[in-house]
Amino acid sequence: MTALGLAGAVVQPVLIVAGAPVLVGVMRQVRARLEGRAGPGIRQPWRDLRKLFGKERIAPRGTSEVFRVAPLVLVATTLVITVVAPFVTVASVLNPVADLFVVVALLAVGAVALALAGLDTGTAFGGMGASREVTILALVEPTLLVAILALSARVGSTNLGDVVSSMVREPSRVISPVSLLAAVALVIATVAENGRIPVDNPSTHLELTMVHEAMVLEYAGPDLALVELASAMRLSVFLGLLANLFVPWGIATTATPAALLAGVLALVLKVGVLGAALAAAEVFLAKLRLFRVPELLAGSFLLSLLAVAASYFLA
Amino acid sequence: MNPAQVTFGAAVALALATAVAAIVVPRRVVVGAGTALTGAAGLAAGVAAVSGHSFSLVLPGLLPLSGVSFTLDALGGLFVAVTGGVAVAAGVYATSYGKASAVLPMFVLAMLLVPAAASVGTLLVCWELMALFSLLLVIGENRSRAEVTSAGRWYAVMTHLGFVSILCGLMVFAAHAPADSFAALREARLSPAVSATVFVLTLAGFASKAGIVPLHAWLPRAHPEAPSHVSALMSAAMVNLGVYGLVRVGFDLLGGGPRWWWLLVLALGALSAVHGILQAAMSTDLKRLLGQSTTENMGLVLVGVGAAGLFTASGNPVLAGLATAAALLHVVNHAAFKTLLFLAAGAVLHGTGTRDLDALGGLRRTMPVTTALFGVGALAASALPPGTAFVSEWLLLQALVHGLPPSGVDTAIALPVAVAAVALTAGLAVVTFVKAFGVGFLAKPRSEAAANAREVPYGMRAGMAIAALGCVVLALLPSLVLPAVAGGATTGLVTLRLTGVTGSLSPLLLTLWLVVAVVVVAAGVRGVVARRTRRDARLWDCGGGPMSARMEYTATSFAEPLQRVFDDVVQPELDVHVTHHEESRYLVRAVEFRRSVPDRVERRLYAPVLAATRAWGRAGRSLATGSVHRYLGYGFYTLCAALLLLAVTR
Repeated sequence: MTALGLAGAVVQPVLIVAGAPVLVGVMRQVRARLEGRAGPGIRQPWRDLRKLFGKERIAPRGTSEVFRVAPLVLVATTLVITVVAPFVTVASVLNPVADLFVVVALLAVGAVALALAGLDTGTAFGGMGASREVTILALVEPTLLVAILALSARVGSTNLGDVVSSMVREPSRVISPVSLLAAVALVIATVAENGRIPVDNPSTHLELTMVHEAMVLEYAGPDLALVELASAMRLSVFLGLLANLFVPWGIATTATPAALLAGVLALVLKVGVLGAALAAAEVFLAKLRLFRVPELLAGSFLLSLLAVAASYFLA
Repeated sequence: MNPAQVTFGAAVALALATAVAAIVVPRRVVVGAGTALTGAAGLAAGVAAVSGHSFSLVLPGLLPLSGVSFTLDALGGLFVAVTGGVAVAAGVYATSYGKASAVLPMFVLAMLLVPAAASVGTLLVCWELMALFSLLLVIGENRSRAEVTSAGRWYAVMTHLGFVSILCGLMVFAAHAPADSFAALREARLSPAVSATVFVLTLAGFASKAGIVPLHAWLPRAHPEAPSHVSALMSAAMVNLGVYGLVRVGFDLLGGGPRWWWLLVLALGALSAVHGILQAAMSTDLKRLLGQSTTENMGLVLVGVGAAGLFTASGNPVLAGLATAAALLHVVNHAAFKTLLFLAAGAVLHGTGTRDLDALGGLRRTMPVTTALFGVGALAASALPPGTAFVSEWLLLQALVHGLPPSGVDTAIALPVAVAAVALTAGLAVVTFVKAFGVGFLAKPRSEAAANAREVPYGMRAGMAIAALGCVVLALLPSLVLPAVAGGATTGLVTLRLTGVTGSLSPLLLTLWLVVAVVVVAAGVRGVVARRTRRDARLWDCGGGPMSARMEYTATSFAEPLQRVFDDVVQPELDVHVTHHEESRYLVRAVEFRRSVPDRVERRLYAPVLAATRAWGRAGRSLATGSVHRYLGYGFYTLCAALLLLAVTR
């Protein structure tokens, strides 16, 4: 447990909890401007959250503890990742948890908690959302793990800190074919896991096309606020990991205030650019039919396999 | 006399005493308690053997010609301990479940003896006893039901074909060695062709016991039809012995082998894992689903065993140790959670009378203890933290990831594909167990039977609780059993550190941090919200009035997207039947929809064999017309042919 790790454990959760809704606001604003609308401003998600937290708590008839605990688990798993994974600092307060496989599994735990909550309501929409969500989850898993294999095989470790610091030490790796192929595969996996276009539409109002939104249809008030906050945090976590795995520059390697500040600014900048690019791309894409999504995921899986092949044959 | 010998002797004596007592006093309490005590003694013997107190025992007079000899070493001890542990939970459960049967303790005894056998003859006898006792238990309780007799027939035929395969393999092996004891087999020098024959024959037999594709057809039939505590014993303890046999023969007796053996094992493992979990994800029968998940988990174990063999063949003992650790830890973990899940499934069957997920639901109100315990098991089985299987799958992935850089081209292709197969398996396991828990236990009851469910008696709850305790301990502190399964592959009590390669994981700290995070978030929300009480509200019903249970998602509909995605692989059979109104074809009176997902491997592979057998049988019948003259003629011509053959060849 180093000073750098401790600093990261304090700065990262605060930054991501505070910044994640802003990131969503930025993405919506970019979309709005590109579509010729004025947009509500980047602070609108925070205003929404404040309003939701002030509302009454609701217990839909027939739901159990699973429904009540799921938002807490969802936020908690993401919070643990923000504490241990390298976003602002390379060192981790809890190195044995900052493992790529652990992070992927923790994100899956959150999704499973929400899927069980969707089933717990006993409505058709809840079941539909849960069924679709876990199907996509199952299909994304091979891409994620094989891409991890490609990234970690040459480092000799799946520890996030090790992978990122090896990238910092050897910048030439950033433009290697392995990195590029794995990056594209992981971008597609990120889009699928976060329910963005073309896999799912986060702003849809048509129940039949919903995936994530159908699952959380019964949530209201503070519970909905938690779910919304967690979704924003998960998006930030994915984009932050993506940024630091492939473009780690700026991340703090020493525990000085200047390095930490640089790390914070670098993360904000990288995640902001990635988010804006994602939002801009979404303007030009349509949502895929649910049963075309596996083809997209199969494509990303192929890319990650190619990345592994490249890491072996080009080494 | 060392502790292993004393406790193993006690286990044998207890099992025999229980069997006799059960014949005299056929009460469930007697059988259950006796079986649990047998298991406890077996567990103690296994633990003693693993911690270095191995023993040997030779009884030359017990079996004519070959004699009986036992040796309990560390490898055998591990499997004895696992069997013992499963028997404790199943025995306690059986004190208030099922029929009192004297066969139950004998089945446990046979399973304890198999890993202790130290000669070919002893192993084969114990193996056959195990198969026969389990067969009796499968068909014992509901003999009159057609499914049970069919399952029994499948099981009897396949287990004996597997037995014949092992018999042939070990006979070839023993023929090239001075004696049939394992010590003599280790000394034998075999030519590559002979050792390959031995390996492939024994692999076929052991794989069929472990339910490995394509020899798995009996497993999803026999395991669900048995009474649930027997299912637990079969699925959590008996299948392990297939892995034991493979490890014993492949590594110990044959001393490793060429790379293609282990690539074959790896491929079979990966295929079984994906096929098993895909079938489980489509299944709507709770116990069948668990049986198919056994095929999946044994597949994962075989991936580990295959990787270990591959690394041994490439001269990398560090990674071989890691892969072995992953495989054996998964054996232990799988035994813990599969016992719990099968016992909980038995509780559901006991409480509702059905195991069809499409008819279940809402059990969390009527059966809260069973629901909570099944939840623990489902988390353990879905390979998510803080679950039990997560640690062993993490170890397996670590072994595969670290094996990539210094390997040959075949490994460079096989390992990423294996990682992808493990990943897909993990993802589909999540789908399967979200379905089993979410549809089976949450939401509203989908039938009268589920609505009127009753919680099960205390004995059954205690049996499940023991298994759940095992799951929790294994999930949080796998370091307690890792030294036993892996030697020095990992170090550390709270944080597992891999030896020789970089990698560390701390399941206990991870769980602790998750709990702290949940508490922090809950406290934060309490501080922020204005009103703490929750208001009761209607579910969103689109304004269409109250929602009924018929509008819920069922297990079939839950798996439908996945079934569509894997349409070409599983090839489901769909049948839609529309009845029209008499006056107009545009008015529909009723729609009937049927879907079944038959096992494709089975249909492609077994159906032709069964059809050919039937055809041969029919052809054979035309030879037997009932005429005595004809039979005499057959005898005469056969004799002449034999004499001719002798005259020509001599």
